[in-house]
Amino acid sequence: MEVDKKDENESESSEQVVNPWEVSAKDGGKIDYDKLIDKFGCQRLDESLIDRVQRLTSRQPHVFLRRGVFFAHRDFNEILDAYEKGDKFYLYTGRGPSSEALHLGHLIPFMFTKYLQEAFKVPLVIQLTDDEKCMWKNLSVEESQRLARENAKDIIACGFDVTKTFIFSDFDYVGGAFYKNMVKVSKCVTLNKAMGIFGFSGEDHIGKLSFPPVQAVPSFPSSFPHLFPGKDNLRCLIPCAIDQDPYFRMTRDVAPRLGYSKPALIESSFFPALQGENGKMSASDPNSAIYVTDTAKDIKNKINKYAFSGGQDSVEKHRELGANLEVDIPVKYLSFFLEDDSELEHIKKEYGEGRMLTGEVKKKLTEVLTEMVERHRRSRAAVTDEMVDAFMAVRPLPSMFE
Amino acid sequence: MGFSKDQLLNRLQELEIDYTKYEHPPVLTVEAQAKYVSSSEGALSKNLFFKDKKHRYYIVSAMVDTKVDMKVLSQRLGLGKGGVRMAPEEALAQLLQVSLGCVTPFAVVNESARDVSLLLDQNFKNQKRCIFHPLSNEVSVSLNTSGLDKFLKSIERDPVYVDLEANPAVGKDQPPDLAVYVPSNSVVIPEITSETSTKQTPPPKSVSAEVKPVASAKPSKPASKGKSVVVENSTLLAFKNPEKFVEEIMDKTSALLLSEVAKGENVEALAETRRKLLTSELTHLAIMFKNTAYTEGFHAGKHSQPKRL
Repeated sequence: MEVDKKDENESESSEQVVNPWEVSAKDGGKIDYDKLIDKFGCQRLDESLIDRVQRLTSRQPHVFLRRGVFFAHRDFNEILDAYEKGDKFYLYTGRGPSSEALHLGHLIPFMFTKYLQEAFKVPLVIQLTDDEKCMWKNLSVEESQRLARENAKDIIACGFDVTKTFIFSDFDYVGGAFYKNMVKVSKCVTLNKAMGIFGFSGEDHIGKLSFPPVQAVPSFPSSFPHLFPGKDNLRCLIPCAIDQDPYFRMTRDVAPRLGYSKPALIESSFFPALQGENGKMSASDPNSAIYVTDTAKDIKNKINKYAFSGGQDSVEKHRELGANLEVDIPVKYLSFFLEDDSELEHIKKEYGEGRMLTGEVKKKLTEVLTEMVERHRRSRAAVTDEMVDAFMAVRPLPSMFE
Repeated sequence: MGFSKDQLLNRLQELEIDYTKYEHPPVLTVEAQAKYVSSSEGALSKNLFFKDKKHRYYIVSAMVDTKVDMKVLSQRLGLGKGGVRMAPEEALAQLLQVSLGCVTPFAVVNESARDVSLLLDQNFKNQKRCIFHPLSNEVSVSLNTSGLDKFLKSIERDPVYVDLEANPAVGKDQPPDLAVYVPSNSVVIPEITSETSTKQTPPPKSVSAEVKPVASAKPSKPASKGKSVVVENSTLLAFKNPEKFVEEIMDKTSALLLSEVAKGENVEALAETRRKLLTSELTHLAIMFKNTAYTEGFHAGKHSQPKRL
């Protein structure tokens, strides 16, 4: 049984707050991930698991695994155990389509999920929670549906295989077997429990209260009778950012009572804003993040002007003391996106010991990000409305495990 | 202003090059030309003006019977199998300063054509005389290849004769044999219409550009929305059309290989990461290709009519 900590919704600034709707560090500092793992009760993803992934998939583990971006998990080892025996699993991830503008941080779970799909050769369902955004962000139903489709295009551009991927929006898909599972889940969660897990209060409208089951049930294969008929024991792995953990703690709690397997999770840390770990990436501040619609010029500009540098004030001081790698954003970003381990190590060493200057690191980062954004843009241009329809069609996926 | 026919003929006379002149109504094709100039006067030539993806231009002048396979030629030039295409009309006007149907080796007399590579059919050498347009398609001249050579040398061009029908293997141990004739400079032709501008703008980011050697500076990306729409049209083809798809792959791979060779590294020891990056890129390309094909099938499925019984 999970240890269900009921005190996640503390809003005192003396404690960090991490839940699906708010992420803030203690006293404006950095997020303490060790504390978070402890509090949530999940596990650290250690080297041995990463090695195991390498062995099972016969390829180098994704850069996000190597660099500890995806750093926590629940039952990932069990998924691997089953996989080794020949039992497959399916992937489940999602996006709350609150805005049209996607930044690099938004792409991270999708980039990782694409890798998982390719490496393990398993199918994927992607949930677009247009209903959630309609409720929480007070968007109109039509607007949230529109945003869902627009976001779907960026998601598809990440390179998912249409023969193994089902994308759905809640407004389109909720009903039938999916809804039946939602009701089953709802019956197992009291109002008090929901308020405890998610921080709901008497002031919140009942739409919000009834939302969590919507995000829970894609973890159960019976929610998708067109995909997994008769495969009720198929396990589910959920790659997501760690702030989504509460939904799935609830789901894991409920699953055994419904006779379902608990979904496994693999969780990522937060992508820092350009201005630093303490800053907040917000849609209202375009300079807090690199967007997938940014031009090369924009990217160069943003990095040069806004990326928080850990370098020293003067060249002399820098050569003497080296850069503060703990707070340096360019190096942090490179650790997410620079594929070459040895090149990253080299940069960290040279920069940390003062031989390399901030300008050089920023230049490298600009190169890497520009290439990424360009590639994304090109793929995005190829995604037609028809392609979105194809991904979202309720259809069987006969080659989903090939 | 480009050389005129008369200026060219005067030049030939000055150089004491022996030629015979035939005047006729304007002709746009070899067939039409053949009606007015009989083969007893000399061997008719077919002249191709084409360009590669990096906006380098070539004239190939060949005997009418010589089979010219553009794919083979492209490979022998080191441009990959589909690395060349016919040059647009604007290039004809701006670089060669001749009209349609008038491509000729003589066009390289123009300063504007200094970067155009000229490849001549080896078979010309066996002919007594060969026939070309002297910058006008209302006139044909026949002359011996030695005369042509003399003319070319007078404008500081080395005559290049090539066995156009040869199809040597091009691979790791057999470098493209005509690569040395690729011009060192590319030419930018200002856009005239949006139709042709897809081919004419500086290399779109879509094509080999992104896998350039790390040393070179990256060209700036299209900033304006209008331009980027044009750029993207040519990429979209790579996701739909198998030939373009393979072209994209060949471009990226050869660009990577060339950049590694340029850096002086052994091609065998292609850096693991570079190779991995290329693999990941190509896989991504393949997935988009697959998705596009599936989508087209999906569309067809949705709109297909039941069988008439």
